[in-house]
Amino acid sequence: MSGAETLFRLAALNADYAICIDADRLEDWPGLFLEQCIYKITSAENRRRGYAAGLVYADSRAMLIDRVASLSEANIYERQSYRHIVGMPSLRPGGDIVAETPFLVVRTMRDGRMDLFAAGVYLDRVRDEGGALRFAERIVVCDSSRIDTLLAIPL
Amino acid sequence: MEAVVGRSWPAGLTRIPYWIYQDPDVLALEQKRIFEGPVLNYLCLETELPNVGDYRTTFVGAMPVVVVRAEDGEIAGFENRCAHRGALICLDDGGSAKDFQCVYHSWRYDLRGNLRSIAFARGVNGKGGMPADFDMSCHGPRKLRVTSFCGMVFGSLSADAPQFEAWLGSDIVNRVRRVLGNRRLEIIGRFTQALPNNWKLYFENVRDTYHASLLHLFFATFRITRLSSGGGVLVSETGEHHASATLAPSQGKDTTYQGLRSEKESFRLADPSLLGMHDEFHDDIQLQILSIFPGFILQQVHNALAVRQIVPRGVDATDLNWTYLGFADDTPELRAHRLKQNNLVGPAGYVSMEDGAVGGFVQRGIAAATDELSVVEMGGSGTETQETRATEASVRGFWKAYRMHMAL
Repeated sequence: MSGAETLFRLAALNADYAICIDADRLEDWPGLFLEQCIYKITSAENRRRGYAAGLVYADSRAMLIDRVASLSEANIYERQSYRHIVGMPSLRPGGDIVAETPFLVVRTMRDGRMDLFAAGVYLDRVRDEGGALRFAERIVVCDSSRIDTLLAIPL
Repeated sequence: MEAVVGRSWPAGLTRIPYWIYQDPDVLALEQKRIFEGPVLNYLCLETELPNVGDYRTTFVGAMPVVVVRAEDGEIAGFENRCAHRGALICLDDGGSAKDFQCVYHSWRYDLRGNLRSIAFARGVNGKGGMPADFDMSCHGPRKLRVTSFCGMVFGSLSADAPQFEAWLGSDIVNRVRRVLGNRRLEIIGRFTQALPNNWKLYFENVRDTYHASLLHLFFATFRITRLSSGGGVLVSETGEHHASATLAPSQGKDTTYQGLRSEKESFRLADPSLLGMHDEFHDDIQLQILSIFPGFILQQVHNALAVRQIVPRGVDATDLNWTYLGFADDTPELRAHRLKQNNLVGPAGYVSMEDGAVGGFVQRGIAAATDELSVVEMGGSGTETQETRATEASVRGFWKAYRMHMAL
């Protein structure tokens, strides 16, 4: 696979990822990950200091399915939506496809209030599984360690 | 107090007037009478200051504070405010320093916050400079009385600071020791949750044993805490501190929650590995939430451990600083379990995210209810320790302590 093709396929994966979340098709979101995967939301400071705990930490696709189920079935939070703006992946050498991709998330609350909710970088390890790219690992590194009110919907 | 806010408090502890969450004059008085009063405020963890010169910046209410390991190995604390023009002395969250120099005019302080030198104190070419009789020892940031307990650092601005363990009382002390003991703490995460509400609404929420299994479906459904499980709430004599505990649930059928929103038998986890508990405390307490007046929480939800610090940012804004904890001697399995179980707590926690939002629901709900009263009458009107969590005794305890400190 050429660099250009990899880049194109990664960008398409990121586009699918963003649409799943932003268009409230969260039930499709875990399917973008391998069954054995790591998904973690942390911050630049926590990463710099080597703190392992995340705001969200999952080591299986099943845990991502639980996150989505809990948001729809269990958790109480005000209606809100995200708009992801995902930048160009920067490829890193490695056996898997390793990439670093900047993102912005604007959050819109039910009363129309909009905020720049999160900015950061996705640190990804991606694998081809049966012709489709899937995340083996996505570490969401937020530039800030400060979260406004709550983080319900995944970043 | 009356003269300042011009309002009176209803008799007893079962009614809370809503102006107490809204009035900027109240917030200013709280800074003086509570945060700078005869209490011990959580500052940081000892493990954050391993070596001489290591420091952290933190807060006592609105007051910015520096906590630092001094030359003699003791921990010192002082207001993060230059004695000259009031600028912050330390600009970073933490680090290591030989001394502290204000960036504005280079006034320099030692590790205990004593003013040690003034740039151009003698002027330049015999001109200018400070008066000859200017006494540096009379100028400096306010100092804190600092004390450590179980690896945590607390400080007071008051000459009448209580002795820490006597202030907590033996019951609460034992509950702190139960979790932290003499084990070496390790920080495994640090996040801030910006709450859209008055700080007291969050502190009440922490002490409100009644809400936990009603608001938090996750708790009730997976029987992490239910009011029908054993347990109870300890309230210290003055009402300042509390510790609530939930015991391991019985395995039998529990119909207490039938018909309530928080009971959903159909909700099952695809990966239940984040539930369950490694037996590290060797007792039957599954969940313990402990608070120390006015703004500290020690949390044990199964094996998810954290300390939380409340920092008021305005009448309707509060920072909640989370420090997720493990111990240096954690087995890899236990540490991995903590990482998973932290999904319950923090700004994205299955449980704690809701506590982050509910204070804002109150703050917005009471916008036009300044002179109305909230009702805190579950479990009677007292603040005594109770063997049930279907009570608001601990919330009333907070108000008892609050009114004592505020002379209200």
